[in-house]
Amino acid sequence: MSVWDDVIDQPTVVTTLDRAVRDQTAMTHGWLLTGPPGSGRSTAARAFAAALECPRDGCGECHECRTALDGSHADVEIVATSGLSIPVRQARELALLAQARPSVGAWRVIVIEDVDRLTERAADALLKALEEPVSRTVWVLCAPSLEDVIITIRSRSRHVRLRTPSPEAVAELLTRRNGIDPQLALDSARAAQSHVGLALRLARDDGARERRRETLRFAGGIHNLGDAMTAAATLASIAGDETSAASGERDGAERTRLLEQLGADPAARTQPPHIRSQVAALEKEQKTRATRFGRDVVDRALVDLLSLYRDALMVRSGAPVDLVNADLGDQVRDVAQTHTAEQLLLAMDAIGVARERIEAAVPPLLALESMAISLQVKGVRV
Amino acid sequence: MPEPPALVLIAGPERVLSDRALDSTLEVLRAHDPQIEVVRLYAADYAPGSLLVHASPSLFGGATAIVLHDADEASDDLQADLLTVIEQVGDELRLVVLHKGGNRGKRVLDALKSAGARRIDAPAIKTDREKNDFLTHEFRRARRKATPEAVRALLDAVGRDVGELAAAARQLVDDTEGLIDVEQVQEYHGGKVDATGFRVADAAVAGQTSEALRLLRHAIASGLDPVPIVAVLASQLRQVARVATAGGGSSGALAGKLGMAPWQIDRARTAARGWDGDRLGRAIQAVATADFEVKGGGRDPVYAVEHAILTITRERGAG
Ligand SMILES: [Zn+2]
Repeated sequence: MSVWDDVIDQPTVVTTLDRAVRDQTAMTHGWLLTGPPGSGRSTAARAFAAALECPRDGCGECHECRTALDGSHADVEIVATSGLSIPVRQARELALLAQARPSVGAWRVIVIEDVDRLTERAADALLKALEEPVSRTVWVLCAPSLEDVIITIRSRSRHVRLRTPSPEAVAELLTRRNGIDPQLALDSARAAQSHVGLALRLARDDGARERRRETLRFAGGIHNLGDAMTAAATLASIAGDETSAASGERDGAERTRLLEQLGADPAARTQPPHIRSQVAALEKEQKTRATRFGRDVVDRALVDLLSLYRDALMVRSGAPVDLVNADLGDQVRDVAQTHTAEQLLLAMDAIGVARERIEAAVPPLLALESMAISLQVKGVRV
Repeated sequence: MPEPPALVLIAGPERVLSDRALDSTLEVLRAHDPQIEVVRLYAADYAPGSLLVHASPSLFGGATAIVLHDADEASDDLQADLLTVIEQVGDELRLVVLHKGGNRGKRVLDALKSAGARRIDAPAIKTDREKNDFLTHEFRRARRKATPEAVRALLDAVGRDVGELAAAARQLVDDTEGLIDVEQVQEYHGGKVDATGFRVADAAVAGQTSEALRLLRHAIASGLDPVPIVAVLASQLRQVARVATAGGGSSGALAGKLGMAPWQIDRARTAARGWDGDRLGRAIQAVATADFEVKGGGRDPVYAVEHAILTITRERGAG
């Protein structure tokens, strides 16, 4: 067993980090881990932290390893933002923390899971800490890609790039770690296009599977304007439902926590003005987060839809590749038969255009309507 | 004065309504007993047993009202404590439970019901129709009348959030007198959209090219942003498309099905004459393109809207 077991299908990354743990000359005080969503950035960052604390360089079994992995190690600070930006106050606290020697372990490790969410001033505060390394402190910064990280932070850290793991590796992890049935694990890993978190959700959550199937039914299932409008409304509402489910409880808890931090009574009917303005700022940020989350949910659904047309194109061309939607083989073949290759390409274009527009702040419903109108298949079936 | 209820259940997810129900409940309790101590507890950070502590008689005497928020997120401990406290209410102890919906905490709901709790509903306000009804009711509550067009303009200007809608309606009631019409909505919540935007869209959907373009120029000249004009074009075409593809039936029945107000159905039906699915589809796509362009995807936002209007009226005329 080793701390690297769950860092799947990333041999280069593991070699680099493992060497740094064992060889002082390969070590540096700032690391930047990038990789597409779901590729395991934060898993790799935690494993690295554990290996640094472990007396046996990452056995995966000792107390140091286990506490570092689950985030409870005294010298391992894990900053996860869950979508809110990282404020300057928090960055200053981290910079201060970085000055302190480790209390029990060999290193003080500070992991920031979404360094792309630093506000500009927070990044400045962090930059100072990165410019003046402290001998026993290591920063492990994570982001989707290099472009998401401001250049001054980039240039002060060593870059390690994670790749998208193979569906087989993801499936193996789900089976080994979460006890998911191997076939379901493989179908889910393929359908999630190797995004570990999404794959796990598809494997475990019937609702998520049903939403995916509902989305994919629109491929080849839109025959007239009425179908198109319904499809767009359905896709947009799936996003709305997921957004409110994800944000409701968290928003309330954040508000209570903020009020407690400010020394206000969370139960009071009205708050004094200076507190109200902070609460308003939080609510604004929560709203921004909900909007972003909603767009992400729609984008994921569109990636699913795109994969089905791409699968159909593969089937048409007879290319011997593994289908993303292998579990929906009949529907893929059906779409392949009822569309010409050109129609499939046009459909993929329409989905790409919708994604680009939603990214550019076009209301998702309107962008989806325009897309669904392009996806109409006429006169094939009733 | 009537004796206030010892047990109150506020059921439903709509914050605006449940806040309001809670305020009026507490008002009644305070009117009955100005000294009453109000304790608020939240399911999310509930410490087991604390409900019982607050429910036990105070050393200094005096009545207590316990407000329990988010009973739908209650842990097993909290549910058990609630079941105990429900048995203890009376003159000295009032209990107000807020439950946003769902099956969690069902035993508590049943116990409240059989103990004769007063129930106040706070149903979700989601569809345009529900928001329309909500606004109409808001004005009626304040003993004011608003034209359907004013309600529609307010919906379009203020948007989705029910809390914001309620605040906007409140402001109109406070700051204006007499019948509330489109001009007043425009004056207080304008900048985002005004009646001109609707007239541009109506003319475009009706295929009146020169009228639509003239109104657009006028709107731009008076400082209206192209972004909300495109939004109005999209919502008008959407309503026409949904009504046109929904089949027959009375406007009342269709209103329920589509989540629109009956007058919106009638308008959309009239506008739908002279359109078919393909042409309507291309018109909607032109608006989606324009929306992308006015949000920075194109060089000239005004030209983008003009182009969309020309496409819409051309498609309308092609029938
Ligand atoms: Zn170890």
